[in-house]
Amino acid sequence: MQSSENIVRKAVKKYGKGRENLLPILQMVRKENNYLSEDQLREIATEMDLSAADVYGVATFYSFMDMQPKGKNIIRICKTITCFMKGKDSIVTALEDALGIKMGETTPDRKFSLLEANCIGWCHKGPAMLINDKVYVELTPEKAIQALEEYR
Amino acid sequence: MVMTRDEKLAKINAHQERVNLIFEKIDTLRLMEKVLTLDNNKILEYIKESGLKGRGGAGFPTYLKWKLAADQKSDVKYVICNADEGEPGTFKDRKILEEQAEKVFTGMAICAKVIGASLGYIYLRGEYNFLVPLLVTKMNVFNDDMKKFGFNFTIDLRSGSGAYICGEETALIESMEGYRGEARNKPPYPAEKGYLGKPTVINNVETLVYCTMIVLNEGKKFKNFGTEISTGSKVFSVSGDADVEGIYELELGMTIQEFVDLFGDGDTKAVQVGGASGFCVPRKKFKETIIGFEGVPTGGSMMLFNSSRSMYHILMNYMEFMQEESCGQCTPCRVGCQQLVKGIQAIKHKKRPASYLDELVKLAKTMRVASKCGLGQSVANPFISIVENFREEIIY
Amino acid sequence: MSDNKQKMINVTIDNKTVSVPENTSILEATRSLGVYIPTLCHHEDLCVAGNCRVCLVEVKGSRTLQASCATPVAEGMEIFTNSRLVRTARKHVIELLLSEHRGECLRCSRNGNCELQALANEYRVDEGLFIDIHKEDQPDISSPAIQKDDSKCIRCQRCVRACTELQSVSALCVAHKGADMKITTFWDKALAYVVCTNCGQCVSHCPTGALTEKNYVEDVWDAIYDPTKHVVVQTAPAIRVSIGEEVGLGPGKRVTKKLVTALRRLGFDSVLDTDFTADLTIIEEGNELLQRLTKALRDNEDVALPMITSCSPGWIKFAEHEFNHSLNHLSTCKSPQQMFGPLAKTYYAEKIGVDPKDMVVVSIMPCTAKKFEAARPEMMSSGFRDVDYVLTTRELGLMIRQAGIDFEKLEDGEYDSILGKSTGAGAIFGTTGGVMEAALRTAYEIVTGREIPFDGLKITPVRGLDGIKEATLKIEGTLNKYNFLEGAELRVAIGHGLANARKIMKQVESGESPYHFIEIMACPGGCIGGGGQPIPTTNELRLQRANALYEEDEKMQYRKSHENPEIIEIYEDFLEKPLGHKSHELLHTSYVKREKN
Repeated sequence: MQSSENIVRKAVKKYGKGRENLLPILQMVRKENNYLSEDQLREIATEMDLSAADVYGVATFYSFMDMQPKGKNIIRICKTITCFMKGKDSIVTALEDALGIKMGETTPDRKFSLLEANCIGWCHKGPAMLINDKVYVELTPEKAIQALEEYR
Repeated sequence: MVMTRDEKLAKINAHQERVNLIFEKIDTLRLMEKVLTLDNNKILEYIKESGLKGRGGAGFPTYLKWKLAADQKSDVKYVICNADEGEPGTFKDRKILEEQAEKVFTGMAICAKVIGASLGYIYLRGEYNFLVPLLVTKMNVFNDDMKKFGFNFTIDLRSGSGAYICGEETALIESMEGYRGEARNKPPYPAEKGYLGKPTVINNVETLVYCTMIVLNEGKKFKNFGTEISTGSKVFSVSGDADVEGIYELELGMTIQEFVDLFGDGDTKAVQVGGASGFCVPRKKFKETIIGFEGVPTGGSMMLFNSSRSMYHILMNYMEFMQEESCGQCTPCRVGCQQLVKGIQAIKHKKRPASYLDELVKLAKTMRVASKCGLGQSVANPFISIVENFREEIIY
Repeated sequence: MSDNKQKMINVTIDNKTVSVPENTSILEATRSLGVYIPTLCHHEDLCVAGNCRVCLVEVKGSRTLQASCATPVAEGMEIFTNSRLVRTARKHVIELLLSEHRGECLRCSRNGNCELQALANEYRVDEGLFIDIHKEDQPDISSPAIQKDDSKCIRCQRCVRACTELQSVSALCVAHKGADMKITTFWDKALAYVVCTNCGQCVSHCPTGALTEKNYVEDVWDAIYDPTKHVVVQTAPAIRVSIGEEVGLGPGKRVTKKLVTALRRLGFDSVLDTDFTADLTIIEEGNELLQRLTKALRDNEDVALPMITSCSPGWIKFAEHEFNHSLNHLSTCKSPQQMFGPLAKTYYAEKIGVDPKDMVVVSIMPCTAKKFEAARPEMMSSGFRDVDYVLTTRELGLMIRQAGIDFEKLEDGEYDSILGKSTGAGAIFGTTGGVMEAALRTAYEIVTGREIPFDGLKITPVRGLDGIKEATLKIEGTLNKYNFLEGAELRVAIGHGLANARKIMKQVESGESPYHFIEIMACPGGCIGGGGQPIPTTNELRLQRANALYEEDEKMQYRKSHENPEIIEIYEDFLEKPLGHKSHELLHTSYVKREKN
């Protein structure tokens, strides 16, 4: 895959081959297609002169380093107790219905993946979710579904 | 004494205005200009006199950290701002960074001057990536300003990627070095051997702002607040069954009762102080429990629960969080968390006798002393405090 | 800092005061007092992890217990190793480990030699306190050499540290976190499909049965019981000084002759010796080296130097993955095991009148990588699979115990002939530096016609456990044929452990290697520390085994490979000459380029 090679090389070039740049490089490569592929991890390892297993071990440690193909847009709903208390489950149900998928799945058109996250830091305005890097707070089922429209 | 929400807000605002350190608008450039003329020992003295303890949760005296790093002989040292705010129920650092980034940078620069660092990093949790553009813009301005002052100090930004444990300072360093965020053995401490093996001070966002303010006020004001053991004020993140939610800077040393009177919904049965790694205070202990290092220490997370809530559910939520966010390297934390989750489930479903809960409490006590880092050690806090105060809710 | 005067620190341990050097860990300090603190993740070969938390102690004034392996002593420290708090915590930790470990001890190959089992026994954890949470994963049996069973893993990471620090292979890693944290490979692939070199250092550092060698004991018994098969066994140099540890004798015992008797008693039809093919390797490899030197120094031909030994299959696979542009530096000689196989199934089979299709060649090796090597598709020069089964020292120990043989009481035996006689040079192949020493003894003599000028043939600069050893040998008084070498300095290096191999190879790849000849063995200490050797293996044991090999060398009638009468005979009778046509057909090989990641 020519394009994926380019992403890896671009990232390594941008940050440098030093070990301390591994996280930013993984983050940049992940951002490009919303997950890290087997080949990309291998390429990162080769470019940085690390073992592929080592890179895999690091990548799997971080929840946001998705290792399976994901949708273009990743929804992460906070599952901490305060968001739950404010109706997080009804938001999940609404999104599952609207997207036609279950928690953890990706829509067949690869536009959305629906995931849970640990506390995202909006407890006073729960339920809250992230779509990619953007925050949505004080959700109602309607507001949640409306939010999807920005990405359709 | 039951207050209306407006009355509560009025009281809270009055309290906040009286304290007003974190969110006070100040001229950071003028302060930096002054700081650069100050003797390092003078600055250290201010910090020492203030009695400031780390505001991230662990509460280590800031002065000692800075002093230890300052005393190290090394050409290269680092200052890291710990913005990996991941404790459930905590969200104050987000607002501080959003509104007072310059004061955070200034705190870092003051520290850099004192210890002799020329590079600083902000380790920002991935969940706050939306802050990156704003922070980078302000950071660039700040870096330019430092250059204009002829002060050799630059700040850079690093992002996390969804790992609570990286808030633990040695795990944060591992993460920054490109490894799994696993806590290190201590000693050596980061102030001796930190990022890339160099002396490193890691301070929480809020701590750094207090440092800025302490130096600005020449050691005054901050220590007028709080108690002897818990000097100063603290930013609290209030959520749950609360009439008033949000981010508030309050004096340390108030009782949970006073707090609940101001923020609660009138039916508060428990307050979880310090998030999933903190302590649960039941209603019967509200009056006697002080918010501060002499009572319940906290990184600022205050979750209120009223009588409609299931403490079993709350405890499960915390334990599942810990089971997932444990780095997994040490036995007590990796396996202990799983056993606590499975154990309370088994008791609930009558697969194990109620007396098994006592075994789990003993296990939690072992985790407190046997785990490698603060994460595993703190699992006992919610577990024991919830189980001991709400035993029936857990069993039946 | 090289401060000669080491600062001493005073601490009290269980109320006894002791003075220990600065930077000593609490664990070391307690051991110097004869107090034994149990450990699991700790291994003297590896860096400190401090993650199992079995070795916790109480330190007065400390809020939490301290991992004694990871905590340095400090002046005035008061340490308690057996307080109530310590005992409770330790028991909890053991209980927790047992709850995530599939405790089917009776069916486990480490039954009786398992560190977790020993701890469980010590702490009398008879009833499972906690809920059983071990994973139900099927073992990974993809590799011909190593088997990995995650359900028995206690996540101490000793294997990962061995794979990374000692070997710099990093086929194993720690992945995921929390309850999902596990020891795995890149992308959770099966071991056969990653950069694993099959060296087995993970196996020899595993405290439980999570990593074991692939066991072929039953296949070998089947062959022995099959009346139509003629079963030939070959014994590697290093096993004669380590099998004793498997059968209840102490470490460092030379038991070659009892070993021969034991193998006969087990029912092997021919008991032969890999030491013989070690000698043969020296002849072939020595001549190959001289050929390369001649081409380079006399004929100015482009030839790959330094030449590097090829006896260690873990090293070979490592080179094939990691340095696949430099494979021309490897000697084309097969390893002694793989020289033996085709000779057994051609020359020897004919000599004893056995149809090679009815011959089964079994080798007893200190090595797990040999299992992989024997299964390489190119290792069929006899027209059959040259070596059918490879057993480790540990598996042979098992067979001897199964057969009820009281090893100590065995009478002495002699190897069969031909392919049974060997020299001291062959014997020292089993330790780091040994191949180099054996090669120099022969090569020097070929070039000068004189014995190498070292007292008692002991080439001490190449001995010992230093990670990388170097030596320079001035060549003087050459025979006519080699007068281009007159006055030359032959520079050699020896590396053991693949992390050291990597250092050496980086130099080779960059073209800056100053050497002519390099010996590399995959395992720390060489074969005496091989991945198939008795567990545990420590530096003390490595030294004892190595010393036993040097003793063996000194006691031998012949100590130079070229003086082995059977070697002389096989060249006269069959091979004709070193590097000749037959040699190339049977004794030399080529290498495969493999992916780096």
